[in-house]
Amino acid sequence: MNITRRDLLKTVGSATFLAAATPGITFASGPTEKRFVTIILRGAMDALMAVAPYADPDYARLRSRLAVAKPGEQEGALDLNGHFGLHPSLSALEPLYKNGELAILHAATTNYRGRSHFDGQNVLENGTVKPYGINSGWLNRSLSLLNVGDRRIGLSIGHAIPLMMRGETDVQTWAPSNLPTANSDFLDRLMQVYEGDPIFENALQQALKSAEMTSGVTDGMDKVRPGNIQLKLLTEAAGKILAKPNGPRVATIESGGWDTHAGQKLVLGKKLTELNDGLAALRQNLGAVWRDTVIVVVSEFGRTVAENGTRGTDHGTGGLAFVLGGAVKGGKFIGKWPGLAERHQFQGRDLAPVNDYRSLFKTVMHDHLGLSENHLEDTIFPESRDAKMFNGLIRKS
Amino acid sequence: MVSKDAFIAANRFGLGPLPLELSVIDKNPRAWLKRQIVVEQKTPPLLQNLPSVAEIMRIYVRNRQQGNRGQGNRQGNRQGGNRQGGNRQGENRGSGMSFRQQQGRDYRNSIYARTLNVLQSSQPFAERMVSFWSNHFTVSNASRKIIGPIAVAYETDTIRPHIFGNFEDMLRAAIHHPTMLLYLGNHISMGPNSSGVLNPRGGGRGRARVRGLNENLAREIMELHTLGVNGGYTQKDVTEFAKVITGWSFGGRGGGPEGPHGFRFKRWYHEPGPKTVLGHVFDGGGEDEGIDALKMMAHHPATAKFIATKLVRHFVSDKPPASAIAKIERVFNESKGNLAKVSEALIDLEEAWKSPFSKTKQPYELVLSTYRALDIGEPNKNDILKSLGELHQFPFKASSPAGWSDLSEDWLTPESLMRRIEWTRALAAKLPRSVKAEELFADTIGSVASKQTTFWVKAAPSSEEAIALILASPEFQRR
Repeated sequence: MNITRRDLLKTVGSATFLAAATPGITFASGPTEKRFVTIILRGAMDALMAVAPYADPDYARLRSRLAVAKPGEQEGALDLNGHFGLHPSLSALEPLYKNGELAILHAATTNYRGRSHFDGQNVLENGTVKPYGINSGWLNRSLSLLNVGDRRIGLSIGHAIPLMMRGETDVQTWAPSNLPTANSDFLDRLMQVYEGDPIFENALQQALKSAEMTSGVTDGMDKVRPGNIQLKLLTEAAGKILAKPNGPRVATIESGGWDTHAGQKLVLGKKLTELNDGLAALRQNLGAVWRDTVIVVVSEFGRTVAENGTRGTDHGTGGLAFVLGGAVKGGKFIGKWPGLAERHQFQGRDLAPVNDYRSLFKTVMHDHLGLSENHLEDTIFPESRDAKMFNGLIRKS
Repeated sequence: MVSKDAFIAANRFGLGPLPLELSVIDKNPRAWLKRQIVVEQKTPPLLQNLPSVAEIMRIYVRNRQQGNRGQGNRQGNRQGGNRQGGNRQGENRGSGMSFRQQQGRDYRNSIYARTLNVLQSSQPFAERMVSFWSNHFTVSNASRKIIGPIAVAYETDTIRPHIFGNFEDMLRAAIHHPTMLLYLGNHISMGPNSSGVLNPRGGGRGRARVRGLNENLAREIMELHTLGVNGGYTQKDVTEFAKVITGWSFGGRGGGPEGPHGFRFKRWYHEPGPKTVLGHVFDGGGEDEGIDALKMMAHHPATAKFIATKLVRHFVSDKPPASAIAKIERVFNESKGNLAKVSEALIDLEEAWKSPFSKTKQPYELVLSTYRALDIGEPNKNDILKSLGELHQFPFKASSPAGWSDLSEDWLTPESLMRRIEWTRALAAKLPRSVKAEELFADTIGSVASKQTTFWVKAAPSSEEAIALILASPEFQRR
């Protein structure tokens, strides 16, 4: 019988055993072949423009200038189910939904209920119930259960490592650059200079290890323009690295500029096009491993239901998540829908956060990557028992 | 050998020593810093000839008008700055460039001038304060919410004059400036019961189409500029404060009291009636409501704590000690936000003089301190601008109104360290032979270098590699 880690953790289930067994434990099944990518949209994406509840009469009423037009009209929504439609810029997502490879969790966020981007992002990434509740990321804490030996399962794309990916477990890194690489003799000498400064020493060691794994990734890619790095460049690299046979398996990618207080139609249209192109490039570069992949796209919170006075929207609460990939049982909306009318709004202004991002994350970590419920509840998302997992979101392979 | 204190004064409080400067500083590091606290700050010569806000705004407004009339963006500024004469940074005006090309060029020229000013400065503590406060009151071109060249003008007009003045004055100047109003969208925010909303001119067409509140600036003032996110305000306070500052706008062909395209209080945008923010009622019906509210926030105890924490984080450690925060907070409160007194108190913090390496230089500081240390005259514009871009800290390109992070962990990731190393190595390869490794070593990290750094610098196979090792060493990368 082939015992998977998940079976083991499920059957054993004892906290003491798990705590003792966790560090460095090796499993017969080896590291996971599943891929998981989180794309963080910083600035609070407007969920109601990305996925428009066009059939809801309150939608056009509350958003006279910002409502996406109905399907069939000029620049109309791409219909999904007769009630919701995608923003027309998200054309690459439409076939995925129809083919059952995209699920949508609308009216969702973390348990954070303030409206600060920075605190909201901190909660989204640290996985506890409050801002700065812990200084590691929930995804990094999960990696300690997935890494085997020296193999680094985590991959952070971009020059900074998002908090979600920070913590005790080393991760692979990649960022676009035009600078010439330094020769290895110089780096060897520099490593001697860094002895005694653990932060520099460790960062250089990590960088050198990452460089081995990611060499050749930029071949054939667009030239890097440091002032204007498009999401597509990052997702292309992520796809190539994740597709490698012995490479990392769990990646984070960040995208900024989603805070649309004014002139939202134009600004968000451009951002959604960038997201669309980025996701298409990711799928293409993952190639055959797409079938083992789950991609989650999230933002710290959503925005007000009604538009503000400057053709934009202000900080709100309920946002949304896209869940896509060959391993997703999609073609559907998951979770509940609160409606848009004033009486359904959170604090009389925001899309109500009736769904919890942590439900989604826990489902993916459990059903896709095989982490145990105990780990998820105790160390990865503490105090999250109310956020129940979704059934039937991940394909059983 | 110079003292550790000279190293700290030059690097932590300054922006890195010029050649041979450490021994001058060493005579009395604290006095050297305090001499730079001059209340009356003049605009440095290199910044005096940059396009003014009015000039930049005029180009911007004309471009938009032409765009609106369907004339496209080309020739955005046919007559633009001609009346200013030819010997300015933006001298090629009217040469048929598109608006975008023109603003890109002006942006690069202004950033170059700003950088050169700091590179040559003999007041590096004052310059560090300019960049600290400029970051505190961030305006950013990253999402193209503002037009690039205006950022330096904004800093010169609102931040620089007040670095050793009063916090309240700096706060008012920054928020009042067209750049900030544009960046955070307040210039078009209108009270729901303002006359502009209730009785729109032209039947709601044209510009009057946009009407209603935008709470963005109000929230960021409270969260990022004054009270801090835990400063005790509610969503209601944010909304009410947003109403208080409705009408804070700019422009119009005629302009306001501050000249064409300067600040203008648009009475017909302003929400009438009393508004309550943090328990204070504002009901004057004019621009003074906003000024009074900013004053209240500038002197709020939560602001003193928030600012003190940020300053101590910048000058002492990523984990600011409570004792140091308490001292700065007290001085801020007692002096009513007198930034000369606060700056003196920072210099007097014993916590700031303990460890010379507790902070990591941000890429901007790294580039500046590198060029300050090298005795090579004025660096080329493209070298400077490319360096800042490759190291991910091009001025006024922060990704959010929170500005650049002040934490090492955000700047010392494996990828960003590798970029720093690659940058120093490539720079060392193209330096003139006149740069000598031994001199650079003595002029920068010689007095504080570890045994292994000293050993490997001396053992380097070439002067070029020795220079690269110095610049890439933790002693040079930290402050």
